[in-house]
Amino acid sequence: MMAGVPLEELRAKALQEVEQAPGLEDLRRVEQEVLGRRSPLTLAHRSLGSLPLDERRDAGARINQVRSEIQEAIEGKRRALEEAERAARLEADRLDLTEVLATWGPGHLHLVTQTRDELEDVFVGMGFAVAEGPEVETDWYNFEALNYPPAHPARAAQDSFYLKVGEPEQVLLRTHTSPMQVRLLLTSELPIYAVMPGRCYRRETADARHRPAFHQIEALVVDRGITFADLAGTIEEFTEAYFGPGIASRLRPGSFPFTEPSGEYEVTCTICRGRGCRTCSGTGWIELGGCGMVDPAVFGNVGIDAEEWSGFAFGFGIDRLVQVRHGLSDMRVLQENDIRFLRQF
Amino acid sequence: MRVPLTWLLEFAPFPARPGDRPSVTALGQVMDDLGMVVEGIEVAGEGLGDVVVARVLEVGPIPGADRIRRVVVDRGAGEQVEVVCGAWNFGEGDLVPLAPVGAVLPGGFSISRRRMKGVTSNGMLCSGQELRLSDDAEGILVLGGQGVEPGTPLVEALGLDLDVVYDLAIETNRPDALCVAGVARDLAARLRLPFRLPEPPGAPVAGSLPASLEVVATDLCPRFLARVLDVGAVAPTPAWMARRLTLAGMRPIGPVVDTSNYVMLELGQPTHPYDLDRLEGQGLLVRRAEPGERLVTLDRVERVLGSHPRTGDPVDDCLICDAGGRPVGIGGIMGGRSSEIGPATRRVMLEAAWFAPMAVARTSRRLALRTEASVRFERGCDPSGIERALDRICQLLAGEGSGAGEVTGGSPGPTGTGAVVVPGLLEVGAVPPRPPVPLRTARVNAILGTALDDQQVVSYLAPLGFACTPVGPGLAEVEVPGWRPDVEREIDLIEEVARHHGYSKIPRTRPRSPRVGALSGYQRDRRKVRATLVGIGASEAWTSSLLGPLDHERAGLAGPVLEVENPMAREESVLRRSLLPGLLAAVVANTAHQDPEVALFEVGHVFAPRAGGVAPPGGAGAALRSEELVDEREVVALALARDGDDARQAVAAWRALAGTLRLAEPELVAASPPGLHPTRSARLVAGGVELGVVGEVDPSVLEGAGLGGRRVGWLELDLASLLASPRLPEEARPVSRFPSAEFDLAFVVDDAVPASAVEATLRQVAGDLLETVRLFDVYRGEGIAPGRRSLAYRLRLAALDRTLSAEDLGRLRAACVEAVEVAHGGQLRA
Repeated sequence: MMAGVPLEELRAKALQEVEQAPGLEDLRRVEQEVLGRRSPLTLAHRSLGSLPLDERRDAGARINQVRSEIQEAIEGKRRALEEAERAARLEADRLDLTEVLATWGPGHLHLVTQTRDELEDVFVGMGFAVAEGPEVETDWYNFEALNYPPAHPARAAQDSFYLKVGEPEQVLLRTHTSPMQVRLLLTSELPIYAVMPGRCYRRETADARHRPAFHQIEALVVDRGITFADLAGTIEEFTEAYFGPGIASRLRPGSFPFTEPSGEYEVTCTICRGRGCRTCSGTGWIELGGCGMVDPAVFGNVGIDAEEWSGFAFGFGIDRLVQVRHGLSDMRVLQENDIRFLRQF
Repeated sequence: MRVPLTWLLEFAPFPARPGDRPSVTALGQVMDDLGMVVEGIEVAGEGLGDVVVARVLEVGPIPGADRIRRVVVDRGAGEQVEVVCGAWNFGEGDLVPLAPVGAVLPGGFSISRRRMKGVTSNGMLCSGQELRLSDDAEGILVLGGQGVEPGTPLVEALGLDLDVVYDLAIETNRPDALCVAGVARDLAARLRLPFRLPEPPGAPVAGSLPASLEVVATDLCPRFLARVLDVGAVAPTPAWMARRLTLAGMRPIGPVVDTSNYVMLELGQPTHPYDLDRLEGQGLLVRRAEPGERLVTLDRVERVLGSHPRTGDPVDDCLICDAGGRPVGIGGIMGGRSSEIGPATRRVMLEAAWFAPMAVARTSRRLALRTEASVRFERGCDPSGIERALDRICQLLAGEGSGAGEVTGGSPGPTGTGAVVVPGLLEVGAVPPRPPVPLRTARVNAILGTALDDQQVVSYLAPLGFACTPVGPGLAEVEVPGWRPDVEREIDLIEEVARHHGYSKIPRTRPRSPRVGALSGYQRDRRKVRATLVGIGASEAWTSSLLGPLDHERAGLAGPVLEVENPMAREESVLRRSLLPGLLAAVVANTAHQDPEVALFEVGHVFAPRAGGVAPPGGAGAALRSEELVDEREVVALALARDGDDARQAVAAWRALAGTLRLAEPELVAASPPGLHPTRSARLVAGGVELGVVGEVDPSVLEGAGLGGRRVGWLELDLASLLASPRLPEEARPVSRFPSAEFDLAFVVDDAVPASAVEATLRQVAGDLLETVRLFDVYRGEGIAPGRRSLAYRLRLAALDRTLSAEDLGRLRAACVEAVEVAHGGQLRA
């Protein structure tokens, strides 16, 4: 071998230096030393010309083999060093995502609004329009057109706040959303498929389940050939759509001046799913609201032929639904506007 | 309506017994299903059903035990039972209560077989306390009674019938169910059981009574019957009657009143006894009350009749007077004190009348006086059932040998308390005729969605007392019984069919709306408004629509308000004109909790009397809508009271809203709206229409609310105006494909020049090239003359067809500088 340095020794030394290079800079220097223009290997290659032809080929092949072996080692080492450096950079960049400073996020819709929106969406999905009206009504719209004659005993259950405007006891805060039925029947083109949410008022002493102001939603359908079976079926459809599977509905007789036959309807207790609990007083059912077929007297009051058209209505308290769903022991919390409560939902 | 089960069982053989819980529950479910809602089931004498009377045969010691003894008792039929007992207050031969093995005592304590010191105890001898009959826990309850056989149920030996009371909620359209017989009739019809009313023998009708009766107000009192009874030697109310009255929720008072009440509960007909000798002229006169007439009722309250308490207008009150014209009772509601039955009463004049429902309802409501009688009369009594009720009272009071005939049943115990019926009956008015109601089977099915035939329809109605006469295929004429005054129309009969068919047996079908369901544009946009305000960190409140009379003034708001005629509290006596008082109160409440992050909004209605709104007379019907009298609007308001909040955040919220809704030309016009900070507020205008106000709450208002030193940003908008104001066009504006350029311009302008005016000028000059213009700095202070400030704007510009050149930008910049100088006296700040 030329220059007195055996090829094998060169190779071993070069590979060792490559392996031991601590950084990319060092590796570049090692590369220069072992493969550069002045490196023993390059020099050895240059000196090949001095060998006899038959030896030259073998020696050249060996040198090239060692060279490429070293080159591969350098490439491998370079990749390893680059990876290590990238890892070190990333490590230095590490962020604990749970140390992010607290900021106040978005606010919260009132529970009653959230529930009302969900209810509206269910009814919209069932093909209903959403109709709204004023909270101040006349006695005719709130009572008389709905077949509550003056001094009707059912009025006693809906004690009203009367306003000092117009004739005495003629203008009041609506006691239910039902005057909207009258407005729709007077002004809408038939058929009607509408749902009517809104705030109502009754002159009742506040307790855990009652507030002088509360929210109701009621549905009205008037079409040709509408039956009590349609009422029961629509309540069932709504119950399933809103509460989900496993929640059933049932009806029993009730009384409202503006519907006949009238009923009360109950749904499977959403807390215990029918097994019986404190919320449902162990019955497995929760009273939701009232329902019935539109009374012919109401059709008469608004000039609709009750032989041609029939209809049904059903409604319930939104606040009460919120109370049951969220386990509110006292309805009052809905009107206290305590931000610590509002923020929970 | 409280209905004892044993009373119900007088009328039909219902498959329920007081001691048999499942049967009691099952009967309650039938009541529910018929619309007589069971609000509670109370068991009277509960836990005593298993306890029997036993005779002590042997008492002996137990070896090794000095506190308990072995007792052998006869529990009836010679059966001997060995028990262990720790009480010492009885001896051989005594009668004692035995709870045998398996018995469950009051409170759920169940008796099991036990072994003590080698002796088996097969039951327990009970103390008064263990039976919940007394507080005595010291010893066994030793029964004194003679002639009681061992084995007799304890309740029987003590006369304590085990009973169950159903507490029923009766709907207003079911006056028939306001009595035990009515509830029984409904149940018997559903259960297909025979039903039987008491048939008291008629008391003698012929005879001249020592009393007179005249009815002047026949419209208020169409029918009036009276009898006279001699009660001089009357015995106390029998125990069975007193117990039933108690279970039904009425307090026993004395035999005459109790019997009157008993028959009211049984048959639904209220009656009233007068002390005949305390009636001037020995008779009754029924007339309208004169305005302002006074009467002290049985409850010791002086009532003013005949006139409206507020307006003083005359009203129709039915007054019962004595023959001398002196008021002795309010018809159908409550009797007067002056003729009250007492221990000294010798002769009773018994009123059994039918009062007009509406008249009773009006008077009762105005006097705020609801009684057992008024509730029944206003819902409707049976004018043809009066005789039966009178006869029944005579039967119960006079009993056997009284001339009232023999007792024929319907009562669990002896009747007749020694009263004597004076022969003769006073009667005014007749039972009004009721036309039959036609009923079409096809209509039944069309309303209910059923497929019933004529026969089925009749089978539901007949047991309720409706007499159906077929007059053709699918058509019947129905005679309505007197106890169903609520049934007047075909639809009322259809409801009865539905009720007795069972709501649960009606199929369920789903009608299909021919239209697509959708929210209106207004409703969709209102949701966007809420979502935007939530997005800026505000939470939604619900404040009271009713405020105190000074709340508006305290919030700096003036103007007419709508007052509540009959508020429950002074603090809830006027309708809000603005959301400011309510939201401010909510801010105060939250601040009181030391919460620093209060940002609240509300969407709600506000109210004001409509200027010039003239109320047409009552009875205008559909023609008079509340809108003509009341200006009711839906508004949205935002109160920002977080640390650092002020008018700026309120404006930012407004901009967010205007941006979300894509309002075309929202403008702020400096103003001092009521309630707001006089120099930090503005009116919001779009398309020439005022939408609302923005700024800060007036510092003096805040101070008055206890928020002195704080700032509260405020935004209030009329929703209808907001959502109706012009929007940006739907068409998309093209975006330049060339790079944008930007430059900053700072102008020194007088404080009096609104920044929005400077911005408008910049927009105008930059024209189509402008992408955005943004006010990014406002500076007052060193280097700027007092009364002026520096406004720094950043303009981003681009052309659709080219990259803007340095020359383009330079020209534009110069044009902006010149225009602001000319229009606003603004000087470019170096």
